[in-house]
Amino acid sequence: MNLQHDISAEPAPAPLACWSCAGPVAPEALFCATCRVVQPPRPIDHFARLGLARGFAIDPREVERSYFSLQRQLHPDRFATRGAREKAISQAQAVALNDAYETLKGTLSRAEYLLGLGGDVPADDRTIRDPELLMEQMERRETLAGARDAAGVETCIGAAVADTMSIEAELGDAFAAGDVAAARRAALRLRYLRKLVDEARARHARLLGGE
Amino acid sequence: MLLDIYEPGQTPLPHEGERGLAVGIDLGTTNSVVAVAREGRAEVLRDERGRALLPSVVSYGAQVVVGHEARADLLDAPERVVSSIKRLMGRGASDLKALAGVLPYELGPAAEGGMARLSIGGRLLTPVEISADILRALAARARKALGREVDRAVITVPAYFDDAARTATRDAARLAGLEALRLVNEPTAAALAYGLDSGVEGLYAVYDLGGGTFDFSLLRLEKGVFQVLATGGDTALGGDDIDHAVAERLLAERAAAGIGGVVDARLAKAALALGRIAKECLSSQDTWSGTLDAGGAPSRHSLSRAQLDELVEPLVERSIRICRQVLSDAGVPPSELGGCVLVGGSTRVPLVRRRLEEFLGRPPLGDIDPDEVVAVGAALQAEALTAGSDTLLLDVTPLSLGLETMGGIVEKIIDRNTPIPVVRAQDFTTYEDGQSAMAIHVVQGEREMVDQCRSLARFMLDGIPPMVAGAARIRVSFAVDADGLLTVSAEERVTGRQARVEVRPSYGLSEDEMASMLRESLDNAQDDMDARLLAEAKVEARRTLNAVRAALAADGALLSAGERAAIEDLASEVEAALSGADRDAVVAAAGGLEEGTKIFAERRMDRGIRAALAGRSIDRLEL
Repeated sequence: MNLQHDISAEPAPAPLACWSCAGPVAPEALFCATCRVVQPPRPIDHFARLGLARGFAIDPREVERSYFSLQRQLHPDRFATRGAREKAISQAQAVALNDAYETLKGTLSRAEYLLGLGGDVPADDRTIRDPELLMEQMERRETLAGARDAAGVETCIGAAVADTMSIEAELGDAFAAGDVAAARRAALRLRYLRKLVDEARARHARLLGGE
Repeated sequence: MLLDIYEPGQTPLPHEGERGLAVGIDLGTTNSVVAVAREGRAEVLRDERGRALLPSVVSYGAQVVVGHEARADLLDAPERVVSSIKRLMGRGASDLKALAGVLPYELGPAAEGGMARLSIGGRLLTPVEISADILRALAARARKALGREVDRAVITVPAYFDDAARTATRDAARLAGLEALRLVNEPTAAALAYGLDSGVEGLYAVYDLGGGTFDFSLLRLEKGVFQVLATGGDTALGGDDIDHAVAERLLAERAAAGIGGVVDARLAKAALALGRIAKECLSSQDTWSGTLDAGGAPSRHSLSRAQLDELVEPLVERSIRICRQVLSDAGVPPSELGGCVLVGGSTRVPLVRRRLEEFLGRPPLGDIDPDEVVAVGAALQAEALTAGSDTLLLDVTPLSLGLETMGGIVEKIIDRNTPIPVVRAQDFTTYEDGQSAMAIHVVQGEREMVDQCRSLARFMLDGIPPMVAGAARIRVSFAVDADGLLTVSAEERVTGRQARVEVRPSYGLSEDEMASMLRESLDNAQDDMDARLLAEAKVEARRTLNAVRAALAADGALLSAGERAAIEDLASEVEAALSGADRDAVVAAAGGLEEGTKIFAERRMDRGIRAALAGRSIDRLEL
């Protein structure tokens, strides 16, 4: 499966009608070039929404820069004195941007989204069918359950975070090599690991809070 | 589209010619503050005696009195005075029953929608009406100080305010004749006040110990962007609790000394007032002494700072626990913070600063008066919204939003700390053959069981055609706008059967109640409504006119002289209607202009499509 976005294969974009002046407006335009009015969000993928090339390897600072610069133009706060329709459109734009930003900024959500674009169905949360993965998870859970104090939980978190980093690297390699099966497996491991870290952090806070 | 939630006449009054000023209002539990910003400089507006704080206290005698004078009535006529009403915003009558005996008010019969009403000085009043009286006093102060009409405001709310309390705050503004441009979270406003003054960048926290609520928020500041990363808090923890703790001690000492009789409302309020004085005094001195005098039975009391610390310790501990949880959720160790901003008068208590410094490993920031910092930030945001600005506030949902599913378990639709505005949808199905309706119960909170979360609204999706269990596809969508207000809709996907509610909280005012309150508060409520509708129609007509003018300037060559003249005539008709006050004429003229430019629009589209085709053939040649 080719996960790279091939722009030259896309048909040339036909103009859409501006909702305000009814004239032609480029499909990717945020504002009408003729009457300057904000346009509704188009059904494009999250990468295109933030002006990024489709792929797993993206610079998080690039995601942020793009998100901030687009929100500066489109956030409802910029339309506080405008009419109801413009306000509603700006809100829809800001919703689409938040959705894209939330999905692409995290490695796991970005990986799952990319796999989804390639037709993958997201893994079921509650069952693990891979015996090796199952063993790994059970061992981790036993270690966490065995930790008696905050320091013990911290050790578990430290180990899990280190593993997270190495799995993220594997995930990057798998996407770079176009190996969908390896990417899917790494994403699944990462998902379980994240859940474990969240639970461990919650427990850590409880232990420190003396509850 | 999900977000077209406004009914005609319900939108905030749009920009319309020369408008009044927009101010920033910190509507606090104990005190309220109003400020205005001009060209990026904020100024707190003071009364004729130079006082910035307006006590959030209202006295309902022959006249409605707000502020210091109302607080003076606390001792003489406590039965007609209300304070700390913010704690009851968005609360239902049933919520308050649990507090009966603790509250220094008498409860009256609940309003139609289940909203609590207080019985004060012979009147029945909802928290929304009482808050509106405070807002009116603040607007009056601003008008007097500025010598201009003030009709719009950014109003701050605790980050941890739930949907019901936010809606109640918006309703109070409407009742007071103020357009709430935006509800901004108090910690975000405080950060805005600091960020603009010093141009700081990096991770910052805001520790906001208000009169009745505690919030702790983590923000990232970067080149004019204020991004809230996480927020947490407790709506039942505040500086008032310190006053209560001291007052209880005073009353216990009095009882132990055998002075006076039973504790009535008058004595309780006097003890609270004295408790607050002791707290304030001990922030700068090591010891305090004073006299509690009610009903001619005075008792002498004294308190050391160490004794106050002992009383306050458990409250401060609770707040630090929340700080730890928020940072842990965000995966940020305290050492990574660039600083922590203090908000709220109670952060002057030395123990608060000491504990916070121990936790953060550095002293917190208190350069801007913690009582005024929120109003300053709100004023800056009010100017940014009306006059334009480079700063941008990106906020999050403070609490998770979800639905009740089988067995009373909550299915979360939007997690807490999700950036807003946001829309999320989830599909559900029927669990019985032939099931024709589905009850939707919307809740807010972090717990797994419905009865441990706050109920926001219930509605029915009915008319589901008979199908076997599990065949229907019911999509429930949650939309949270930039003010943090929620709209929920449900749709049966197989048939397209829809039900939509703008979530009026379970304990909110109904539209009818709101309308009748508006009628009572404004002699000209109908005029107000008409003016709103006219202004909306004018904004839309003006946009249409501008659009046609821009199109004529760009593509006028596509028209013959006669065609162009016909469009110009229609445009002049819109202009003429805009200078009048007849809404129907405005709508008709704008409609006429849209209709009369259809052929023009078609030609413009045709030319645009031809240009795109030509562009594509050039691309192909290059390939």
